[in-house]
Amino acid sequence: MQSFDAAKNHFQLFGLEPSFKLDLTRLEEAYRALQAEVHPDKSAHLADSEQRLAMQRSTIVNEAYQTLKSPIRRARYLLMLNGVDTQEETNTAMPVDFLMSQMEWREAVGEAEQKRDVAALDRLESVMKRDTRLLEELLAVKIDADRDYEGAALLVRKLRFMEKLAEEIGSAYDEIDN
Amino acid sequence: MSTAPHQHRLAVGIDLGTTNSLVASVRNGISVVLNDEHGRSMLPSVVRYFADGSIVVGDAAQAQQSEDPANTIVSVKRFMGRGLSDVGDISQLPYLFAAEGAGMVQLRTSAGTKSPVEISAEILKVLRIRAEASLGGELVGAVITVPAYFDDAQRQATKDAAKLAGINVLRLLNEPTAAAIAYGLDNASEGVYAVYDLGGGTFDISILRLSRGVFEVLAANGDSALGGDDFDQRIYCWILERNQLSALAPKDTRLLLTQARAAKEQLTEHSEARITAVLSNGEVIDNVLTLTEFESMSKNLIQRTLQPLRRALRDARLGVEDVKGVVMVGGATRMPQVQRAVGEFFGQTPLTNLDPDKVVALGAAIQANLLAGNQSGGDWLLLDVIPLSLGLETVGGLVEKIIPRNSTIPTARAQEFTTYKDGQTAMSLHVVQGERELVADCRSLAKFELRGIPPMVAGAARIRVTFQVDADGLLNVMAREMSSGIEAAIEVKPSYGLSDAEIARMLQESTEHAKDDMLARALLEQKTEANQLLDAVEHALIQDGELLDASQRADIGARLNALKETLSSKDHLAIKRAIVLLNEATVNFAQLRMDKSVRQALAGKNISELEVK
Repeated sequence: MQSFDAAKNHFQLFGLEPSFKLDLTRLEEAYRALQAEVHPDKSAHLADSEQRLAMQRSTIVNEAYQTLKSPIRRARYLLMLNGVDTQEETNTAMPVDFLMSQMEWREAVGEAEQKRDVAALDRLESVMKRDTRLLEELLAVKIDADRDYEGAALLVRKLRFMEKLAEEIGSAYDEIDN
Repeated sequence: MSTAPHQHRLAVGIDLGTTNSLVASVRNGISVVLNDEHGRSMLPSVVRYFADGSIVVGDAAQAQQSEDPANTIVSVKRFMGRGLSDVGDISQLPYLFAAEGAGMVQLRTSAGTKSPVEISAEILKVLRIRAEASLGGELVGAVITVPAYFDDAQRQATKDAAKLAGINVLRLLNEPTAAAIAYGLDNASEGVYAVYDLGGGTFDISILRLSRGVFEVLAANGDSALGGDDFDQRIYCWILERNQLSALAPKDTRLLLTQARAAKEQLTEHSEARITAVLSNGEVIDNVLTLTEFESMSKNLIQRTLQPLRRALRDARLGVEDVKGVVMVGGATRMPQVQRAVGEFFGQTPLTNLDPDKVVALGAAIQANLLAGNQSGGDWLLLDVIPLSLGLETVGGLVEKIIPRNSTIPTARAQEFTTYKDGQTAMSLHVVQGERELVADCRSLAKFELRGIPPMVAGAARIRVTFQVDADGLLNVMAREMSSGIEAAIEVKPSYGLSDAEIARMLQESTEHAKDDMLARALLEQKTEANQLLDAVEHALIQDGELLDASQRADIGARLNALKETLSSKDHLAIKRAIVLLNEATVNFAQLRMDKSVRQALAGKNISELEVK
């Protein structure tokens, strides 16, 4: 299979330039074209060794696609390619106002959950999504234009907070549903 | 190795359902359900075991299910990959459960202890034989469908059952996805579709995007213990209440459940259903159930399906307005209140133009044909997901998610661990599946024991554990110590599944069993014949013993005792020989008795009577 080489990075795998701003339609088309070649369903009638190989390749293509599709994972991956660790587990030094707003968010989500207030949760979710998009636009500038990877790492850490918040909103919906 | 051109490889799709199972195949380019010799397409998923080891599957077993409920297993799918504590109130079920072990439930039947895997294998065997007879050759393999919301233990159990039935599994395919294939390829559909699949015992909702030959599952959710059976149960409880019944005999329970199901089916087309039954104590049940009553008693069951629906949409990041069509799958979606609730939720009339009972098998057959390598051109691609997150137990009984739900499969995730003691050479991992934060609230899949880690100081070893989910949605775990490159050996202790050794044992038993079955049947036949003969001879000796002289009497007596002795053996040939010997000795006796009875008949009647006729 000429089109496939596990040693390539995720962008090269799909024939894309490494950048945060990404044409998602092109990514998706490339992903589907590649999966159409390597997916295990294509070799289900072949020898076990070929099936195993297909599973490994298909796994890598899925991993690469999921990484590039998600803005936070894409940013993390680009920083890694540029030798910058986002230190999401170790670096807890966040701007005080950001931490304050995060605490307020969480209280609001908890309150909405307790009152089983779906409308409030909907409002919180849409504001959270808007703020996430703003952070992503900033990331595009930091990475693609400024090449300020340390600055971008801080934004990724902030995005990680937003991601956790999204998870909490999701489980709050679940709790209300139960 | 590749397929020779123009050689059609026989492959089938099997829908192993809670209530009914089907097998389908692509013939002359069209997917068709394969019927049995009586023209029936649906095989009731009912298996009856007899004390002599013989097994009856399907309609015959179903027809007689209230005769021997303890040995007639219905809805075995509910037990697949499940422990006793998952089954709920076992006093409501007519089966005898084997008590031992914390693993998958085991049923004690008159033919011995059976696991749900073995019972399911009996259903699959019948379908395999039906397919081979119908297609005229051996199968290269089958696509077996499973509920999308089945966890790893349930999927593995299904695959093991297929193996036990002598079937090469080309793929485990999610039922809603199979339905989407049948529907999508038929209608050349594009856009986002929801598949609402309410089967006999399981509920699935899948959100798919169909686009230029790609079936991409965006999210799957469901409840693997909710289905049409539960609606029957509601009616059953209503009958009990109505008639002030309690503590029924298993026979009566079965009978009323059958009547409950019939009433449910009646109510899909009528506004009321009459329920009549005569219980074993002679009590007569005669009730009328209205559709309105049925709808109100089953309302919260339908509500329970809407919650997974909301979750699936949220996971897919879509709203109801994004859904272009809703495909209804599973016999239980025939209920008008289900169609109404789903229609209201999505704001559109659900699609019911494909037979909800057959669409899964038809789709599975189409996929089987592709996987067997028969499809030339016009390919499609199926991108499915894992329905439930996979995680590891961490400190304090908490779960750390390794692979999140709705990840496209195949997928893998690696995690590094280290040793906490000097010279530590082993380590254990507990893998769980589910969305909850506590291990206790998730499903335990397996404990992995890593051995052969090279001894090092604490914290020096770096053990990389890779969790690989394959295209069947099944988890495999690999481990490697990174600094030495040593592959750690993994011993898997499945929580609910069967170990490889157990599977091997069952396989061996089932091949031996085919032989055993024949022997058991021959033995039973000879014993029956022997007992009939013994009864007849003993009766004759009492009546007409005086016709024999002493030596004849002694000879018959000796052969009679010899036959009695062989009955305790399991040698059907020895019994047969003793039967022949006794028969020989009684030829003369029979002649004497016949003469006597003729004489008596003549003696008891007037000459005139004889002449008149």
